[in-house]
Amino acid sequence: MTVLSPTSLANALAALAAQPDSMVLSGGTDFMVEVNFGHRRPTEVVALRRVSELRYWRRDNDTLTLGAGLTYTDFLDAELASLVPALAQAARTVGSPQIRNAGTIGGNVATASPAGDTLPVLIAYDAVVVLQSASAGVRKIPLSDFIVGVKRTVRAADELIVALEVPVLHGGQEYLKVGTRNAMVISVAGVAVVLDTVGRTVRCGLGSVGPVPLRASEAEAFAARQISWDSMDLPSDAATEFGRLTAAASLPITDHRSTAEYRRHVVGVCATRAIERVTGGNS
Amino acid sequence: MSIYSLSINGAQHDVANGWVGESLLYVLRERLGLPGAKNACEQGECGSCSVLIDGVLECACLVMAASVTHADIRTVEALGGPDDQLSDVQQSFVTNGAVQCGFCTPGLIMAVHDLLDHNAAPSDLEVREAISGNLCRCTGYGRIFEAVRDVQIRRVERSGRSK
Repeated sequence: MTVLSPTSLANALAALAAQPDSMVLSGGTDFMVEVNFGHRRPTEVVALRRVSELRYWRRDNDTLTLGAGLTYTDFLDAELASLVPALAQAARTVGSPQIRNAGTIGGNVATASPAGDTLPVLIAYDAVVVLQSASAGVRKIPLSDFIVGVKRTVRAADELIVALEVPVLHGGQEYLKVGTRNAMVISVAGVAVVLDTVGRTVRCGLGSVGPVPLRASEAEAFAARQISWDSMDLPSDAATEFGRLTAAASLPITDHRSTAEYRRHVVGVCATRAIERVTGGNS
Repeated sequence: MSIYSLSINGAQHDVANGWVGESLLYVLRERLGLPGAKNACEQGECGSCSVLIDGVLECACLVMAASVTHADIRTVEALGGPDDQLSDVQQSFVTNGAVQCGFCTPGLIMAVHDLLDHNAAPSDLEVREAISGNLCRCTGYGRIFEAVRDVQIRRVERSGRSK
């Protein structure tokens, strides 16, 4: 077994091109658990810890580029958090300080766990995954096309996730997560509600209630019609209906963490609460 | 046979005869004889293996040792002074009875040092959040919070005296 620790993106891509069956190690918060428990016995590892050029963010007008190496802790930076508030909220719910210091947004997307905390927010943002390989260069693919199943993505073996592109939106944002305690918890359900007051749209992303992060499209269209965009008011019965439609859009299963019935119920409750908060309604 | 070197508490340590996929926690304890970081969950849940890597608090169990050959690693063994002198946080845990079985203590000590070194006057909520990744099943945390407050007060007193 070999562990390579390239110090540049070019060298990381070259290492992957030379050994496409390498495992990519970013923060290690998922990967090392599998190694420690003997579920994974990698032979080649490309560790990204020293590729500092992946740890950046950049704003170009209304597009924000988020380097894949940004840790969850990095999202607590006030300036970055003000541009993507729901993503910052989601990042703060991940694990513990120790986990947030290690885990990266690129790793969260690459692992593509149904319970990945940033995924409901990123899917609500219509995030674009930026991939790069030594042979094919850069390609961009919407997150909704990138994650194709439970922990399954279309990343090619020699590709790295180098960044995510998300819009800077004007309007309220809220991420709510349900679990058994406030810290160190894998989500039972997660809901992101994001308003775009310029385009007058509502975006609602769901996590842990389907094999992939979902959008509640019918609920979104309903809420966009019900909101009085000039005053930002939303009737309370419309908020309730938004929750009902969101619950109906979920595809939960029963597993060791919760039941399908509870997940469907709670995702609706959270959606109602979230839209009340972002519209300044009955909160 | 792969040999690599780690910088731990200011000294270089060669790691030989191991599998290069081993976690930093395993290497510290089983290869290098540094048992301060404790092994409980091996999945980042309990915080008892907390160490500083380039000044950042992480769970040693989630770090592949061979990926941090460049880094400055600090473990609980680096705290305190000569002749087994305790750090202020360690002494406060003892004084306040914040230790029962003691298994979580090294990780908590590292987390509390990390908190107070970055934030001299944390709120109650900030203290709770800072140690939210360190599980203690004995104390109920009450005396741990008291120990943290005590360090805070003493550091303020000390800096006041030195002015």
